[in-house]
Amino acid sequence: MTVTDQSHDPDSPTAVIDRAPHREDGPLDGHATSTGLSNEKLAMWVFLGSECLLFGGLISTFLLLRSRDVPDRVGPEVSELYDIPFTSVSSFVLLMSSLTMVLALAAIQRGDQQRLRTWLVTTALLGATFMAGQVYEFTAFVREGLGFTTNLQSSAFFVLTGFHGAHVTIGIVMLMSLSVMSARGSLTRQRSETVEIAGLYWHFVDVVWIIIFTVVYLIR
Amino acid sequence: MSTETVEEAQREGHEPAAPHDATHDHPSDGKYIKIALILAALTAAEVATFYVEEQLGALLIPLLLGMMVVKFFIVAAWFMHLRFDSKLFSRVFVSGILLATFVYTAFLTTFEFF
Repeated sequence: MTVTDQSHDPDSPTAVIDRAPHREDGPLDGHATSTGLSNEKLAMWVFLGSECLLFGGLISTFLLLRSRDVPDRVGPEVSELYDIPFTSVSSFVLLMSSLTMVLALAAIQRGDQQRLRTWLVTTALLGATFMAGQVYEFTAFVREGLGFTTNLQSSAFFVLTGFHGAHVTIGIVMLMSLSVMSARGSLTRQRSETVEIAGLYWHFVDVVWIIIFTVVYLIR
Repeated sequence: MSTETVEEAQREGHEPAAPHDATHDHPSDGKYIKIALILAALTAAEVATFYVEEQLGALLIPLLLGMMVVKFFIVAAWFMHLRFDSKLFSRVFVSGILLATFVYTAFLTTFEFF
């Protein structure tokens, strides 16, 4: 016989009592907090909110330095070296990695470990493809005479896209760690929130690239 | 989740659901694929503007910014589940975005960017 969990009804007289003793379900039980929400998930959202300030600063600095006419500028302008078709493909790859990430979450929520690992590894591979594209782009820029310290504009460009690339790399490490955890059997359906939190980070990296692609590459 | 429900799920060969029912009412895989196709179409439209910059003229920047905002909103609402999750998560994230927008608009204005 199935017993309905009363704690889902906030008006239930047992709701408050039920929230507290659920710690045996593990630290990811969102009902065992004062907000009724998962602290880990809330912390990730706060972190992502703060990341808006980091990337906002980097994007603004790039826009400001790009708009300045420097008479004795050394080296080419960044926008002269853009390969828009190539970067468009990279952007598309990163965008599709958000789809595979959300499919990984849906898989673990169904308890389908095989598909979870398939989608996690696919997402990591798409992320790695994006990173390979960025390394290629950086190499091409340096070959054309635009290095990190060539001029202020190039410094701002490399810092902005490099910081984003570092975030993608951290995301890839997270995804591979989750795949290993799943293979070892320690990432059960009950811990699906771990995948959801990693997914939030991954999608954020994607939305930041949506902005960078438009503001840095397409609007020149 | 009650002990009985966990045992019942295990008997049926499935893993028990997450304790806080993390699934909410999330969309199906098919829905996610449809959303991804919309995002892909928007990206294609963005890239297409690169080839018709001259023809678009003054429309180019508003058009690109509009598509960027729509893509951002779709990923945040559907893939990040803000549409289905607690409003508190949306408020925290939007606060970060608004604060960043305010601070850096002030910064760019100070340096006569506009």
